[in-house]
Amino acid sequence: MPDINPFVIFMASIFTNNMILANFLGMCSFIAVSKEIKTAWGLGQAVTFVLTGTSIINYLIYHYVLVPFNLEYLRFIVFIILIAAFVQLVEMIVERYLPTLYYSLGIFLPLITVNCAILGVSLFMIIRQYSLIQSAAFGVGSGIGWTLAIVALAGIRQKIKNAPIPKGLEGAGITLIITGLMALAFIGFSGIVSVQ
Amino acid sequence: MINTIKNIFSLGVFKDNPVFRQILGICSALAVTNLLMNSVFMGLGLIFVTALSSLTVSILRKYTPKHIRMMVQTLIISAYVIIVDIVLKAYFPAMSEALGPYVGLIITNCIIMGRCEVFAQNNPPFTSFIDGVASGSGYALVLLVIAFFRELLGFGSLFGINVLGENWVNWVFMIMPPGAFFMLGVIIWLANTYIPTKDGKAPAAGGGN
Repeated sequence: MPDINPFVIFMASIFTNNMILANFLGMCSFIAVSKEIKTAWGLGQAVTFVLTGTSIINYLIYHYVLVPFNLEYLRFIVFIILIAAFVQLVEMIVERYLPTLYYSLGIFLPLITVNCAILGVSLFMIIRQYSLIQSAAFGVGSGIGWTLAIVALAGIRQKIKNAPIPKGLEGAGITLIITGLMALAFIGFSGIVSVQ
Repeated sequence: MINTIKNIFSLGVFKDNPVFRQILGICSALAVTNLLMNSVFMGLGLIFVTALSSLTVSILRKYTPKHIRMMVQTLIISAYVIIVDIVLKAYFPAMSEALGPYVGLIITNCIIMGRCEVFAQNNPPFTSFIDGVASGSGYALVLLVIAFFRELLGFGSLFGINVLGENWVNWVFMIMPPGAFFMLGVIIWLANTYIPTKDGKAPAAGGGN
């Protein structure tokens, strides 16, 4: 188990090891849902929430159920089912008790099951052998980092809405180029902390 | 029959290519393309999973209740991904190490789910299988193109063999994440400009999921 301060992991997963800009995870919704800041912010919140929950649950299930029974190879199936179940559960609870939150997150929750960032965080924390606290810090940090990236991208896309872009580059093309520039900017953070 | 197969391939590989036309599955398209060898394995893995999941979903399509079909598809896909993971671990441990979590992330690769949902759900097993192979090949092709340029410019080598000689200065930038984003952006641009779309019209702007 690596001896890294959870706070370092937290900061690293926001800035230097950002899920999108360094690990390319969660790109699908990143490109599709980044046309407006408001929706990007909603999705970001939902992702952060689910990431925090699933990283803890998946950690517990992996280390206290799968490892004792030598079933590590089943982790893909188990993780994806747990993520789907967690998303479903959160949707029901939020709908019942926090209706205002439900209306702002509602439509995004089902989308999240297939967001690669969620499964990616669970797989990364297993490969890097994080402890429970480290995994939780990694989950929250990754969620915040993802939110930061998607809200920033949505802001830029709103600004360039009327810019004259070459025909073939419109839409996904220019979005990827902007993401590339953002990734370049984030490399500037790499001096602060680094975690591999 | 031959015509159908040809048609499916031309759609899956060029006109309706999952990566640069439908903007699907780009997480792994960007992550593993710093080396050609990684991309070859990723491409083969994805072709295998897409083809067999489409086949299985298509065989089971009449027995799967509509409202749980997503769950069934996810389970089928996960099962094949586990096979890929175990085979890689057993026979190519170095490659398994290099690809890391991205093997497991084939599950959330939207291409597979997309083909199962759009095509395999409504078509007989054999055509679904071919469709899976075609979409997987389209994905693998784009991966290889990106990896070719990234490895060539970033390391001066192809498949680990140095081709640009001693005096080549590596473009470290190409191996880093921004290089991947720019490469894919440029490929989408070129594809939109030079490859005709399904209905011959100019490609629609804006990426779907």
